[in-house]
Amino acid sequence: MSKIHVSTIINGEPAEFLCEPGQTLLDALRDELRLTGSKEGCGSGDCGACSVTVDGRLVCSCLMLAAEAEGHEILTIEGVANGDELHPIQRQFLEHAALQCGFCTPGLIVAVKALLDSNPNPTETEARYWLAGNLCRCTGYDKVIRAVMDAAAEMRAQ
Amino acid sequence: MPSLQYTAPSTVQEAVALLAGAKGLAKLMSGGTDLLVQYRSGRLRPDVIIDTKKIPGMIGIREANGGFVIGAATSGALLGEHAGLGKAWPGVVEAANLIGSTQVQGRASLAGNLCNGSPAADSVPALIAARATVVIVGPGGTREAPVEAIVTGPGRTSLAKGEIITEFRLPKQAPRTGDAYLRFIPRTEMDIAVVGCGICVVLDANEVCTDARVVLGAVGPTQLVVDDAAKVLIGSKLDDATLAKLDAAARAACKPITDKRGTIDFRIKIAGVLARRAAAIAFARAGGR
Amino acid sequence: MAYDGNKVDLKVVGTRPVRPDGVDKVTGRATFGSDFYLPGMLVGKIKRSPHAHAKILAIDTHKAMRLPGVKAVVTAEDFPNIPSEEAFMGEGPMNFRDLSRNCMARGKVLYEGHAVAAVAAITSEIAEQALELIEITYEVLPHVIDVEAAMADGAPLLHDDIFTAGVEPKPAKPSNVAKRIFFGLGDVAAGFKDAEVVVEGRYTTQPVHQAYIEPHACLVSVAADGQAQVWASSQGQFMVRAYCAKLLGADMAGIRVIPAEIGGGFGGKTLVYIEPVAFALSKQSGRPVKIIMTREEVFRASGPTSGGVIEVKLGAKKDGTITAAQVVLKFQAGAFPGSPVQPGAMTALAMYDLKNTSVTGYDVVSNRPKVAAYRAPGAPISTFGVESAMDELARKLNMDPIALRMKNAAKNGTKSTYGATFANIGYVETLEAAKASAHYKIPLGKNQGRGVASGFWFNIGGESSATVHVNEDGTAVVATGSPDIGGSRASMAMMAAEVLGIPYEKVRAIVTDTSSIGFTHLTGGSRVTFATGMATIQATEKVVEQLKQRAALTWDIPADAVEWKDGMAIPAGSNAGAFPPLSIADIALKSARTGGPIVAEAAVNAQGAGPGFGTHICDVEVDPETGHVTVLRYTAVQDVGRAIHPSYVEGQIQGGAAQGIGWALNEEYIYDKNGKMDNAGFLDYRVPVASDLPMIDAILVEVPNPRHPFGVKGVGEVPIVPPMAAVANAIRSAIGKRMPDLPMSPPKIRAALDAG
Repeated sequence: MSKIHVSTIINGEPAEFLCEPGQTLLDALRDELRLTGSKEGCGSGDCGACSVTVDGRLVCSCLMLAAEAEGHEILTIEGVANGDELHPIQRQFLEHAALQCGFCTPGLIVAVKALLDSNPNPTETEARYWLAGNLCRCTGYDKVIRAVMDAAAEMRAQ
Repeated sequence: MPSLQYTAPSTVQEAVALLAGAKGLAKLMSGGTDLLVQYRSGRLRPDVIIDTKKIPGMIGIREANGGFVIGAATSGALLGEHAGLGKAWPGVVEAANLIGSTQVQGRASLAGNLCNGSPAADSVPALIAARATVVIVGPGGTREAPVEAIVTGPGRTSLAKGEIITEFRLPKQAPRTGDAYLRFIPRTEMDIAVVGCGICVVLDANEVCTDARVVLGAVGPTQLVVDDAAKVLIGSKLDDATLAKLDAAARAACKPITDKRGTIDFRIKIAGVLARRAAAIAFARAGGR
Repeated sequence: MAYDGNKVDLKVVGTRPVRPDGVDKVTGRATFGSDFYLPGMLVGKIKRSPHAHAKILAIDTHKAMRLPGVKAVVTAEDFPNIPSEEAFMGEGPMNFRDLSRNCMARGKVLYEGHAVAAVAAITSEIAEQALELIEITYEVLPHVIDVEAAMADGAPLLHDDIFTAGVEPKPAKPSNVAKRIFFGLGDVAAGFKDAEVVVEGRYTTQPVHQAYIEPHACLVSVAADGQAQVWASSQGQFMVRAYCAKLLGADMAGIRVIPAEIGGGFGGKTLVYIEPVAFALSKQSGRPVKIIMTREEVFRASGPTSGGVIEVKLGAKKDGTITAAQVVLKFQAGAFPGSPVQPGAMTALAMYDLKNTSVTGYDVVSNRPKVAAYRAPGAPISTFGVESAMDELARKLNMDPIALRMKNAAKNGTKSTYGATFANIGYVETLEAAKASAHYKIPLGKNQGRGVASGFWFNIGGESSATVHVNEDGTAVVATGSPDIGGSRASMAMMAAEVLGIPYEKVRAIVTDTSSIGFTHLTGGSRVTFATGMATIQATEKVVEQLKQRAALTWDIPADAVEWKDGMAIPAGSNAGAFPPLSIADIALKSARTGGPIVAEAAVNAQGAGPGFGTHICDVEVDPETGHVTVLRYTAVQDVGRAIHPSYVEGQIQGGAAQGIGWALNEEYIYDKNGKMDNAGFLDYRVPVASDLPMIDAILVEVPNPRHPFGVKGVGEVPIVPPMAAVANAIRSAIGKRMPDLPMSPPKIRAALDAG
């Protein structure tokens, strides 16, 4: 079968690419569009490093075919900041040193954004369970959760 | 070398025709959270993937005839956000919402969870306990079947070639109905159930149980409807003696295996524990109405 | 006069600025190994053994080579057959020949997942198809996994040239026991005779994986003349260069290894798996080749750490003084010799001041992936046994666990079993801080328990190079060769900024490639802040000397009449002259007139790394019906020397503790009866998720290391050493049963409770 032509909106901009039927959205983002911020940590939906939102819904892009993106709106880590103005979540991650190697960070930040967009006042427990699908091996999650709680507070105050 | 095809039909008839007429292996995909894992690992080599999400009615939840109709491709996240469904069937919703991570919830569907045929599927014991049915459209027409008739063994369903589940139906509830689902996993999230238990009870005005369904998951080749456990509950107010008998009935029904997720012995014991704990929650929910 | 940060008021060191690579990492701009693309790039994939142990009878690649789109196919035939040679670098014992055969099997496959062939093709799909066209004929052999089974007479033999070293007389027959080691002090027999109380225990651990979230990835481009560029995620670009050179028979100068950002290593990326293979494929095809391991390959084919057996016997007086300690360790090395049994043996008793000790260790091969270093290699395993036994001893003596450790604590002047005599250590301080912590006083409820455990790690120094240069605008760049796995670029910039006396924001730290900086030992051993920091400070001091000289020239006064303070040259006293200060920017702008570019390099072989100690407190609640363990509270106290950037020091402690908790509760390699890993993915290899853990309270104790200008001690490895015993001791406290076998998963705990 020849390649599939996909028209979609990524980070607010129209985007088109060609993909194989079996290519995942993650593969297409990285290899066709060179949006390499989303990472493959496991390829099986267990680590969350590939997290993006589709029409505002948090998903693993490794568990979605690229062809399915047709007609939908995708947000990746590259679309979280507003030009050179960092999102409060990004700033809080930096302030709290909530990253060490940084590999899980893009997926985490997208997941946190999805959390705070749907629940602006999560408890620590709610935040931990929401983020259970984002594995981090470096931080033990402590500073990550602190960054999330402070980002939530900052966003509520705005 | 054969390569994969992808197609997204826009009517159910188209989907049925594609499925029925497929040469080679055709797989339906809603959320893809099982299918794509199996495809990427090489465990499954479909020739064509048929995306169900463009078919009208496959995504969405509505109230009908006093019950609920859930499009077969509706995501767990949407189920969790539906206030009415969560109020009437908290057990079904919490079961569906236990599948995987928040990311998986954004995609995973009841049809996928059911038709993947895993004995450990989280949503299935709760659906069976609730007496849910599925509507199936195929080359021979449309039919309705109870959820427990679908899975016939690990990875196998009773669906004929060309058949596709289009919706799940939850019946109209009697007053004072309560359902609950619990599972045991070694961590707090992200694990496949070592044991799952879905219970639905109906109480009378004196809080005596008049109807019950007890369903165990991950302790047999398919989900187990434990009639003996239901009989223990009917006529009781869930006193300690009933709980002990319930525990024993649940354990006696188990036919588990030892695998990387649990031993036979452990699974049997946990089945009893979860039955007691799920019954307590179901009774409380039923009494609280 | 060498810079002494202990004697000045510090302005930058000890603060918590944002790290220089931070913005790139929170926006997705940072480039990791898999994020590089070159024109003409091919995708490389590796064919792996389905058998745990087998002879390779034949490999037929001709169908694969003929598949359109395939540009190269390699097997062991494409690698020189190098002789056995101890590797001069890497972390842990390493042999170049073994490493070569680990990267590409020769003659035999020794574990499921062992690489046997590789292809490079224009797309991923074609590469996969090509792998399937490679036909390999195996003669399957019996396999052995468990360490004691591998040691037994008649066990399937992995290598016919292993004769146990360290045993007299040398054995006549080969075996799977590669070596036996021994450390000891005094007379344990007499010590046990002297004891009023004795505890004995046998403990076991399973292999666990470092489980970095980024799978191994590299891009290698070999030109027709053999010169190569390598982009790799690794813990050491010089290590990658050395292994590629050795394994492919190339000169080092022609190989330029550019360090990508690295998505976690923890020791697991201190060696190579895919770089030499990509090198061979690129050489054959004439095009760049990218190889990325799948998560499944990471589990099946990259080194976990050993599983092991730990037998401990402790004898003590009734007042708690330990009179004798005996430890026997049996560690799996995986397919080739080189388990961390030696550091495991050296660290096992290091927390204590003991006169009579005996520690014996065995390094045993078995049909598992060759082990790789994992954060304080060996120490978490041996310490799990020792600290569990200490807990039993405390119970038998009816002593508080911290008091028992205090009674026997290593102090300055203590001679350790492994040979070092300690100075400037802070172990007692960690015990005191643990005892004084709020955590230790929190009352426990039903089904809850509290456990305490301590740990030790040597930390190393070693070779590092650093270059510091001043730009024309007075800003500075620090270049080093140490991959940044935990925020070290921030620390380098902070230290340089402190010595230069300029704001942190005016100093940028980069990690550069093997052709652009002097040799630097890999990032590991908790060495970077210490050793690369030392090189950075020395290079910066040289730059300060140059700046002072330029000012002296400008003012026409002797160089020793100039002082450097707060980023400016000032005359040293009124006799030197009434010159207004010259800022670093002033001097830099005019550098061409005063002698040329202002730059300095320093190369060190840093000595005097300070060992680290930690004491952890863990509270758990156990569900008695299911055996499920909830970690309620966790406090990790550690002597860190001095925290350059406290947030990143805390981060190391929290991360190490979390890994230890996972190791204690749920992580393990599960094998089926054919020796194949049953749980090669993050679904069933269960690392802690966010909802599994509480906040981890990191308490920093600072007993400065006088051998480092800022008093730094390595911090990264100590925190993984105590947690398994801390959790086990907490579970013991909660359920009244000792769990001697890791992981302490719910079925085991439920079974222990049912056993009565």
